[in-house]
Amino acid sequence: MMNKFILRSLFCILGMLLSATGFAQDAGASADLMRSNGKIYVVVAVCLTILLGLFLYVFSIDRKISRLEKNKD
Amino acid sequence: MKKNWWKILSLLLLIYTVVAGFLVAVPDLPIIHQSIRNLYFHVCMWFGMMILFIISFIYSIKYLRGFKLRNDIYARHYAAVGTVFGILGYVTGSIWANYTWLTDQSQSLGSVLKEPKLIGAAIALLIYGAYFVLRGSFTDMDKKARVSAVYNIFAFAMLFPSIWIIPRLVGSLHPGAPGSDSGNPALNAQKDLDAGMRMIFYPAVIGWTLLGVWIATLKIRLQLITDKTLLNDE
Repeated sequence: MMNKFILRSLFCILGMLLSATGFAQDAGASADLMRSNGKIYVVVAVCLTILLGLFLYVFSIDRKISRLEKNKD
Repeated sequence: MKKNWWKILSLLLLIYTVVAGFLVAVPDLPIIHQSIRNLYFHVCMWFGMMILFIISFIYSIKYLRGFKLRNDIYARHYAAVGTVFGILGYVTGSIWANYTWLTDQSQSLGSVLKEPKLIGAAIALLIYGAYFVLRGSFTDMDKKARVSAVYNIFAFAMLFPSIWIIPRLVGSLHPGAPGSDSGNPALNAQKDLDAGMRMIFYPAVIGWTLLGVWIATLKIRLQLITDKTLLNDE
């Protein structure tokens, strides 16, 4: 139970950090990169976020099933 | 974790697909322009579907050889994920066709979607849809497994005329039809696919397929747990 809580808060902090870096890029030097070439890098960032989110989701399902398998045997 | 290396590989390959797929330059052909990048996503869905259906077919044969129910569960879930990949390929293909096959805005998408290639793919998917209906209509477990394994082999055999042979014989807007100068971008890659695109396309196929296999194994493991619980409750 405690483990789950720590994991969740870690994800929460990670999410906040990621969004913070996103805002920071608006002002920072990498803003040039994100806005170059018709802002295609923004699309790459969005797709990577979706992909990572999906994989985290599938990974968590995988872990849950592994735990169920352990309980049954 | 040792057994999970291919899941990480799938993630890495798909990250590579998204980054390189959007950023590496592609040949700019008329009409298609940048939309050729769909090759890394739309075409991979069909490749993934075909590989998952082959795995399902193998497990159906394995079931009929030894009548182990486990093989039937494997066949069912690989076919299910394959069908999902097929539907995704169909939907993404319709979106792509909407912006490349229509000559002007007044033309409706329905007028170009009456394509042998698309109808063949729809038939193939419907045959697999019937596989799940057939499975659902049995109450006896062994009978269900036996009849649906035989049907699955039939469904797999029907893939060949409906998505491989007929579209190659009749004219179509889709690449791979006779009479068009497009050749076959899927299988005749040496001649018809840009070398740079090949470097992204093949890893993309492997990445998407591994993701499909992963989801299928999750469904199988869940089914095995549920079945075990059912047996213990009795």
